[in-house]
Amino acid sequence: MEVTGVSVGPNIRLMQGNEACVEGAIAAGLGFFAGYPITPSTEIAELLAERLPRLGRKFLQMEDEIASMGAVIGASLAGLKSMTATSGPGFSLKQENIGYAAVAEVPCVVVNVQRVGPSTGMPTSPAQGDIMQARWGTHGDHPAVAFTPWSVSETYSLTIKCFNVAEELRTPVILLMDEVVAHMREKVVLPEPGSVRLVDRRRPEAPPGAGYLPYDPGDGDIPPMAAFGDGYRFHVTGLFHDRSGFPTNDPTVAERLLRRVCGKVEKRRKELAMVEARETSGADVIVLAYGSTARPAWRAVRMAREAGLKVGMVRLITLWPFPAGEVAELTHSARAVLVPEMNLGQIAGEVERAIRCRAPVHSLTLVGGELFTPDEIFQAIKGV
Amino acid sequence: MARVQDYLRKSKMPHIWCAGCGHGIVMGALIRAIDRVGLEKDRTVVVSGIGCSSRAPGYMDFDTLHTTHGRALAFATGVKVANPSLNVIVITGDGDAAAIGGNHLIHAARRNIGITTICFDNSIYGMTSGQYSPMTPTGRIATTAPYGNVDQAFDLCELLKGAGATYVARSTTYHVPQTINLIARALEHKGFAFVDVLSQCPTYYGRRNKLGGAIEMMNWFKDNAVPVQKAKQMTREDLRDKVVIGEMYVADEPEYTGHYQMIVDRAQGRGAGR
Repeated sequence: MEVTGVSVGPNIRLMQGNEACVEGAIAAGLGFFAGYPITPSTEIAELLAERLPRLGRKFLQMEDEIASMGAVIGASLAGLKSMTATSGPGFSLKQENIGYAAVAEVPCVVVNVQRVGPSTGMPTSPAQGDIMQARWGTHGDHPAVAFTPWSVSETYSLTIKCFNVAEELRTPVILLMDEVVAHMREKVVLPEPGSVRLVDRRRPEAPPGAGYLPYDPGDGDIPPMAAFGDGYRFHVTGLFHDRSGFPTNDPTVAERLLRRVCGKVEKRRKELAMVEARETSGADVIVLAYGSTARPAWRAVRMAREAGLKVGMVRLITLWPFPAGEVAELTHSARAVLVPEMNLGQIAGEVERAIRCRAPVHSLTLVGGELFTPDEIFQAIKGV
Repeated sequence: MARVQDYLRKSKMPHIWCAGCGHGIVMGALIRAIDRVGLEKDRTVVVSGIGCSSRAPGYMDFDTLHTTHGRALAFATGVKVANPSLNVIVITGDGDAAAIGGNHLIHAARRNIGITTICFDNSIYGMTSGQYSPMTPTGRIATTAPYGNVDQAFDLCELLKGAGATYVARSTTYHVPQTINLIARALEHKGFAFVDVLSQCPTYYGRRNKLGGAIEMMNWFKDNAVPVQKAKQMTREDLRDKVVIGEMYVADEPEYTGHYQMIVDRAQGRGAGR
């Protein structure tokens, strides 16, 4: 199959983060994309506009971000793996419908290429300011799954992961990229066709007419999902609903629903947790970073090692559900944790909570639209 | 002909609509039109937003989707594009369609996507108990317009025609056979079809504006509805405070999902496309 990017060998391409996201999505079986143009995510829509029709799949540019998210949910209910891509302000607009997808259990992938915010902010500059929006952007308690890549290659594999988790858990999954990862070009080694594990939503086993309850999880916690047009004639709503899918005001049923949709993610915290440890054994300072910030952070850690300091790095790939246990374990022997991030300390607070004040957490923040330099982080390491 | 009950989820009765509400009449007309046209239950999806009207799909035995406020057409667009073989019907209210969902309404019309949209138009926000909507006439009383509504109402049919819908019609809950006919025509139409059905809300709109109960309000529809052919002979002044009913606009333009398939063919190097 044809793949975007400059070919530099068999199965090796030079590509951009946004291109890798497109290729990962196509490899994962993306059948429907709806979006609204916004910098710095636009290449995703532009490339999919070219690629999807050629594959017989669907691309739509909708009238706004809200409509894009709605269309993604509709297409997913009609049976297709669906995705949208946006950046900060667009992500804000999508939030109500992301909450809908969470409670109505509609699998979908939402890519947010972060830029500086709030509001229109700085459209072409990187930030990591949407960490908490990815967790708590929509109203009410709700599940959240979010991953963040630090390289172009990882963008490819994480995009596939997003689809697999969305389909398996019947929930929206968020890929939090940032402008640096989205726009830089790196080598990507593509997996052999057919070698990637792909997950499809579980379909009902009984044929239509046998009393299908679309929100009956059976013995597990994730109900099988029919598609519109399959003949099951079921109802979907954003209202709290019982196992039949119809609205309810019964407090017991309502609470059971919310606890199940949050619990199905919470229960898999460990299997969802992707945390990379580098030189952490025996380290007395841990630099904890994620996304493009982890790149200068890793350089700074090596500079510190060369200077004889016992420093290691923990890199978060999973942001939500927060891998608290893994973070606590990997920082166990450290006397201090340094958290550089391109926001005012959104993950630093989570880290503090995870390690329960066993060691001081130093928050190193940057919000002006530039990437940290390795030296800035190195100086901070020396200061803790 | 099947009975209306055969299309209802009887276990969901009684419905939530107030005594005298016109929405049951519109839903009944929609069901009779579906039956007349012969849409298959298993190939039909009914989508709605939020509001009194938008509870209707819950009562109807199809695949049904109750979405966020104003967004029914956005969700429905996803359903229709994902599976163009489905019959997609949107039920919306005047607030849902013309206020919060106004953008989606004009853009769905612009695409001429094969979705039939029925507006249960009762000139008020009923579910939140009587605030003015984009269809509340100027001067009428609402909880948020206690001194009379300042805003001007849309002519939804003119709006939709201007936006690119290729089937546009209006009727009322008094004119039931005509409503069934118009909805049936809309369902058979290949592009974006819009039917505005005026429906009475005696509880919040009628009562506050001293328009009487359901019967008086339906009689008002009878006395003030002007067939579109007759309206063409009338002056703007004569038509003030009248309701023009009938088929407003029918055109034959490429339907979106069919046109999209031609784009796919072109992208795949098959056929010349359009």
